[in-house]
Amino acid sequence: MTTRLAQKIAFAVLLLATLLVVLPVLIILLIIVAKGASAISWDFLFSMPRDGMTAGGILPAILGTLYLVLGAIIFAVPLGVMAAVYLVEYSSDNWLSRLVKLSIVNLAGVPSVVYGLFGLGIFVTFFGFGASILSGSLTLGIMILPVIITSAREALESVPRHFRTVSLSLGASRWQTIRHSVLPHALPGILTGMILGLGRVAGETAPILFTVAAFYLPRLPQSVFDQTMALPYHLYVISTQVPGIAENVRYGTALVLLTLVLLLNLAAILIRSRFRRKKKW
Amino acid sequence: MKPIRVHKLKEWFIEKSILLSGIFSVFFVMLIFLFLLREGFSLFRGESVLDFLFGKSWYPISDPPRFGILPLILGSLLVTLGAAAISVPIGIAAALYIAEIAPRRLKEILKAGIELLAAIPSVVIGFIGMITLGPWIKNLFNIPTGLTALTGSVTLAFMAMPTIVSIAEDAITAVPRQYREAAIAMGATKWQTTWRIVARAARPGMLAAVMLGIGRVIGETMAVMMVTGNAAIIPTSFLQPVRTLTATIAAEMGESVQGGPHYAALFAIGIVLFVITFLINGVADIYLHRSRR
Repeated sequence: MTTRLAQKIAFAVLLLATLLVVLPVLIILLIIVAKGASAISWDFLFSMPRDGMTAGGILPAILGTLYLVLGAIIFAVPLGVMAAVYLVEYSSDNWLSRLVKLSIVNLAGVPSVVYGLFGLGIFVTFFGFGASILSGSLTLGIMILPVIITSAREALESVPRHFRTVSLSLGASRWQTIRHSVLPHALPGILTGMILGLGRVAGETAPILFTVAAFYLPRLPQSVFDQTMALPYHLYVISTQVPGIAENVRYGTALVLLTLVLLLNLAAILIRSRFRRKKKW
Repeated sequence: MKPIRVHKLKEWFIEKSILLSGIFSVFFVMLIFLFLLREGFSLFRGESVLDFLFGKSWYPISDPPRFGILPLILGSLLVTLGAAAISVPIGIAAALYIAEIAPRRLKEILKAGIELLAAIPSVVIGFIGMITLGPWIKNLFNIPTGLTALTGSVTLAFMAMPTIVSIAEDAITAVPRQYREAAIAMGATKWQTTWRIVARAARPGMLAAVMLGIGRVIGETMAVMMVTGNAAIIPTSFLQPVRTLTATIAAEMGESVQGGPHYAALFAIGIVLFVITFLINGVADIYLHRSRR
């Protein structure tokens, strides 16, 4: 009887701990929606900020974040997918592939603000791109490289061995095999990783602090060498640096950022679960 | 026979670029370290490494400036320890519940919830922590400001938990079925099996989970900058404002003069952070491999 009781107590404690992890998510979402929804309007989403950000909209921040996301993806996806192809299809278990894997683990662990320093040192200063969309995108691209490589690797590894042996036995070359019988089946997994990477780029602040983000810039960037505002940095600015911003504007900005990031994550989750259900092997 | 030659050339080119892309990750890690050194090294022409690491005062803009990062290291350490004390027990317990006890449907919902928590940008978590948790802690302890090391620890605990839960859950799920069956067959209850057999077998993976969670906390920047109050003094209690290594870089880089000693000192802090996270991730990786075997 006592062991039964012990089990009941233990399970209750574990359940409580789980709720402590999951419930705050709901609470955070509820608070932001409840307090931020009133700020959302056509004008808020699609107009320029005015009067030192106390009035007007957040269009340049939204667009800036979209540009950065796009730039990072253009750089990181081809490189990341090819690196994954190398690890899964070409490398054998030797010192080089182990070194590559260790590097990926370490890239994933480098603090985001250190990426910011790196971007400042190499792209802004050394290459002379200045604080610009180009510098910011490249910095963010290197930061999400591990996310993209890891998910592309998993996707490639989940394609059964015999897909490759059949293709090779029919006389296809190694690259033809990868291109036509492996990559198409790994595509949903690669896409999932890509979208998760997008979500991360959209929400990161520290790497763009010194490489691209503008404090207040009420016009749209004209080229990749321009600075831009960005949503996460804008939220930081209006909640800590500028006094006198209406509370619902702060919550509204957080709501827009959160919606963008969560929609991206939702898309990734949906693609993944559909892919799992449709899998034929 | 010309088409075949062109084809072969194309294939050769593609294979080489794939190999090159593979090596790029190694290249980037080295590049990051090199550029941190390049920009940060000049500090050590006028300052000894020991004075930098163990100097008790950080007054970067006084004359002469003082670049001792001990207060910042202690600030990071305090916030991290607090966050670990909160997130490790809760995270491991949640991982056990999700992996071993929750029914399948609930399990899927809980896992999605954890993924959601991991997806919330750190600046949003910092914003919520600053606006809701800060005032609450201020009133609870009746202190002049709610932006303290404790506020930072609680906020960061929520950022470490998704990492801890998902990696620990993987490690627990990877424990062979036979272990559980044997324990149940010997008459152990489900709880006894979970706690004494499964949790013990998954220990290396759990350790890796904890280390990666801590790695995330040490490197976290925006949330910690928004909720810890940013006072670069040696902390004596959890109810005091502190400043971490990461927050110092983020807050001061904008004011520093490029190429000057302050600028170099901030890069030198970057080197310290890079080395710390390099070690943590390296050790965690060793434990992860051990748990997969």
